[in-house]
Amino acid sequence: MPDKIFPVKNRRKNKYWTDTTREPEINFLENIPKNILREGKIGLPQLSESQVVRHFTNLARKNYGVDDGIYPLGSCTMKYNPKVNEDIAKNSNFSDIHPCQKTEDVQGTLKVMYELGEMLKEIIGISAITLHPSAGAHGEFCGLLIARKYFEIRNENRKIIIIPDSAHGTNFASAAMAGFNVIEVKSNKEGTIDLKILEELLKQHSSNIALVMITNPNTLGIFEKDILKISSLMHENGSLMYYDGANLNAVIGMVRPGDMGFDIVHLNLHKTFSTPHGGGGPGAGPILVNESLKDFLPVPVVIKKGNKYLLDYDIKNTIGKIKSFYGNFSVCLKAYCYILSAGNSLKEISNDACLNANYLKVKLSKFFDVPYSKNTMHEFVMSAKKYKESGGTALNIAKRLIDYKIHPPTIYFPHIVEEALMVEPTETESLESLENLIGTFEKIVSEIKNNPEVVINSPVSTETKRVDELRALKEPVFKE
Amino acid sequence: MANYSVHSENDRSKILKALGINNAGELFSFIPGKVLNPEINIPAGLSEMELRDKLNKLAGLNNPVSSFSSFLGGGAYNHYIPSAVNYVTSISQFYTAYTPYQAEISQGTLQYIFEFQSLMCRLNGMDITNASMYDGGSSLAEAVLLSRRATGKKKVILSTTINPQYRQTVKTYVSGLDMEVVEAGHKEGITDIDLLKNTIDEDTCSVVIQNPNYFGNLEEVFKIRNMLDSYPDCLYIVSADPLSLAILKPPSEYGADIVVGDAQCFGNPLSFGGPYLGYFSTREKYLRQMPGRIVGKTIDRDGKDSYTLIYQTREQHIRKVKATSNICTNHSLNVLAATVYLYLLGEEGLKNLASLCIRRANYFYNKLSELPHFKKRYKSNFFSELTISTDLDVDRTLEALYKENIIGGINLGKYYNELSDSILVSFTEMNSESDIDRYIDILKKLQAG
Amino acid sequence: MSKIIKYTETYEYISVDNEIGTVGIAEEASDKMGDIYYVELPEVGKKFAKGDEAAVVESAKSAADVFCPVGGEVIEVNSNLESNPEFVSKNPLTDGWLFKIKITEMDELESLMDYEEFKKHVHEEG
Repeated sequence: MPDKIFPVKNRRKNKYWTDTTREPEINFLENIPKNILREGKIGLPQLSESQVVRHFTNLARKNYGVDDGIYPLGSCTMKYNPKVNEDIAKNSNFSDIHPCQKTEDVQGTLKVMYELGEMLKEIIGISAITLHPSAGAHGEFCGLLIARKYFEIRNENRKIIIIPDSAHGTNFASAAMAGFNVIEVKSNKEGTIDLKILEELLKQHSSNIALVMITNPNTLGIFEKDILKISSLMHENGSLMYYDGANLNAVIGMVRPGDMGFDIVHLNLHKTFSTPHGGGGPGAGPILVNESLKDFLPVPVVIKKGNKYLLDYDIKNTIGKIKSFYGNFSVCLKAYCYILSAGNSLKEISNDACLNANYLKVKLSKFFDVPYSKNTMHEFVMSAKKYKESGGTALNIAKRLIDYKIHPPTIYFPHIVEEALMVEPTETESLESLENLIGTFEKIVSEIKNNPEVVINSPVSTETKRVDELRALKEPVFKE
Repeated sequence: MANYSVHSENDRSKILKALGINNAGELFSFIPGKVLNPEINIPAGLSEMELRDKLNKLAGLNNPVSSFSSFLGGGAYNHYIPSAVNYVTSISQFYTAYTPYQAEISQGTLQYIFEFQSLMCRLNGMDITNASMYDGGSSLAEAVLLSRRATGKKKVILSTTINPQYRQTVKTYVSGLDMEVVEAGHKEGITDIDLLKNTIDEDTCSVVIQNPNYFGNLEEVFKIRNMLDSYPDCLYIVSADPLSLAILKPPSEYGADIVVGDAQCFGNPLSFGGPYLGYFSTREKYLRQMPGRIVGKTIDRDGKDSYTLIYQTREQHIRKVKATSNICTNHSLNVLAATVYLYLLGEEGLKNLASLCIRRANYFYNKLSELPHFKKRYKSNFFSELTISTDLDVDRTLEALYKENIIGGINLGKYYNELSDSILVSFTEMNSESDIDRYIDILKKLQAG
Repeated sequence: MSKIIKYTETYEYISVDNEIGTVGIAEEASDKMGDIYYVELPEVGKKFAKGDEAAVVESAKSAADVFCPVGGEVIEVNSNLESNPEFVSKNPLTDGWLFKIKITEMDELESLMDYEEFKKHVHEEG
């Protein structure tokens, strides 16, 4: 940590602002009770700016970003992050805005938020929106609390949420956090929701079912083609339809979740809408809700009155707040720019995303089983099961890809496929990039047959070799 | 879509041929015709030049804090951000990287998170800090949820001196669960301990305070700890502004069980409220209950120091309904900004900065005595924010300041009924003494009626 | 050795000697989970009904709940697991036992599976 990496003896102090204090000798710390003052050092190093910059420049070398190469992580939509959007977000007229400033002084910001909302409503086909949630999971939680309050006001005791077994873990966790009970629904042979099972559940639990959470296409990359039937069954039952927008990249411009019957939708701006992942965040997870749910949105909502933009706190049955202020503005700004650039040719995104994924599937299915292969869209899941015995587990294959300077796909998810490798190329991968990926998998499969040791021991070319995760758990060190 | 589409028509033909189809539309054939190919009314895509032009115009509609002398605080702070911070967060391998699940090619991300965890623990004295949360409010809400999980008890007591938006967030977070939120009032601008004593009982999972509190006052943190000793199961949760910890005692030294807050003040811009940087620190005994990611140090196969995500089994992607939280991301890039910032300032720089903020607040306070219509609202000791009250109209006061390009502070009447006569004034290194002189002069000139 | 070993659908085993049942996870479960590094055991004296969550085993890949196969009261827990959690991965049926209960509902054992039935069940699930 700092002390081991840096020479502690260096006492260089950096001056970033001018201290214009006229009488610096006055000791105002006397006004603070002694018993609450810190005694001794905090323990922060004292470094020159050049040392700091060098440290982080070297750390960056140990990383891999989308700008370095393909990142075929299923369900993550690691597409290219446009640089002009990064530049625009750095404009101090956007970054230097305090959330408590008068609305007159922040009309540009509010207009961006409002127009982003309007465009998203149009793209998704649902009439109300909030930009508050910081991430998809945060959006899920927000959406489910809205559903909860909706049923409460109607005096309906609906505490059950139906979730397919292929769903992302956050769906389950969000449901629990919002106080619901979950019934997990097994997928059918094609990897989609089993209509018969759903119908039975509706019969069995009917007025206790609040909603079903659906990702469409699902985490296997397969479109739920019975979606209209599912919507009508759920609505007939007085239940709601929740759309997990993680896979929107597959269908954007080709179909709208609102038209498919969804009542609540969360989007991941850091996926389909190209805002950078940042090594884990920040992202944004706006929520769209239909007319009957808009009175429950968190406060405030951005509205337009005449030609002025305002923050409206008068939301009748608001769920309250899921965090301070109004949302991750700089992330929303980048998504706004992205949509303005794409304009009315959003179809090209989903079309190319699906072309690329299907191309990879066709070529890679020579080497890997793809158990759920019908109606593949923007991603697919292949299984390394047949190589497991020889050491070609999904984990080892992933680590070997690293030696070829390729970021591994998602592994061991969804759980319904053994030794799963979930591949999502996105539309910003060129044909050369795809061919390179295919060729690399081919090489690795051949290595598994002829030289499995190199796969089992990979990665061998990185500065850091296979990390001992078990030791990290048994002898945890979480700070220095 | 213009700019980021990469295929030439030639490429597309190759792909279509390999798939044995004539056009990409065939890949969507199973979508019910009724909903396929909707009309989406969005204007045609802009070129990069047009985009910049449009956004510049929008930016021009804003008046950022730099065009004023701003004394706004209340959970979002205006500090100078050294250029090196933005330089580092703009490095492509940092900002275009994914979550560090593949440790061998994510050592950069993992190490800076580990460094952040370590630095925060040095500031607040706790055993463990996670890789960050969305913001201070949601972090506080998660702390409350942890106290419920850890104790099995259902009642949480929030001091009304906690940031009102944080309290609202806690209430929303627990609204789906069987929990009771009770608010304990304040006296002289700090938590009323007698009231607290009467509210706490055997069914209380935690007592929550903020220090320095929303009014800028210093809480009687030791007294509260003593009171809690009679309720050994009850957790002591403290929301602490991390910059204040450069001067104040770490909450571990007054027995806090969980320390949370927002580290936006470290190198992250105001950005109209987000993205900010929630932090979450606690004792080792609550490790398994902690939400969010944690980075741990280990070795690789060759014995070299390495970092990896640990205890992912607590997280949503493995435990599902039993997960400690649904949080799936952290605010990694904001963590990076904060870590760079802390290194750039260092021990002395951070202490100097915090001292400077207090100094400005005291300079203002000392001048208040010159004013007939304004006074310090509460007797309590304050830190770098100050609550003042007036017998004049608050809105009129703020308008008068605004006319002279000064944003005077937050009208507390917005959040507290009894404080419609009060303003929360915040001080940082961005407020010079001359700015404060001007502020005071304007107030001096204000008359009743 | 008149011990009877029965299995549950959720991959626990219970080895019964008179009225004392020793509970652990089946080899087939520990295989799936990988190296176990942490075990959360119940308190001695705790009473469980059939199907109650009694313990948690954690590996790098997953955390699994261990359900009590039949109703009973915990009389002993395997304290060796605190320093040697890997016993559960390596020898789940011997050193890696989790806890012992005094069985209150002996007839609940009837509804559990013997090893042949359990093997079939595992095969069908996979």
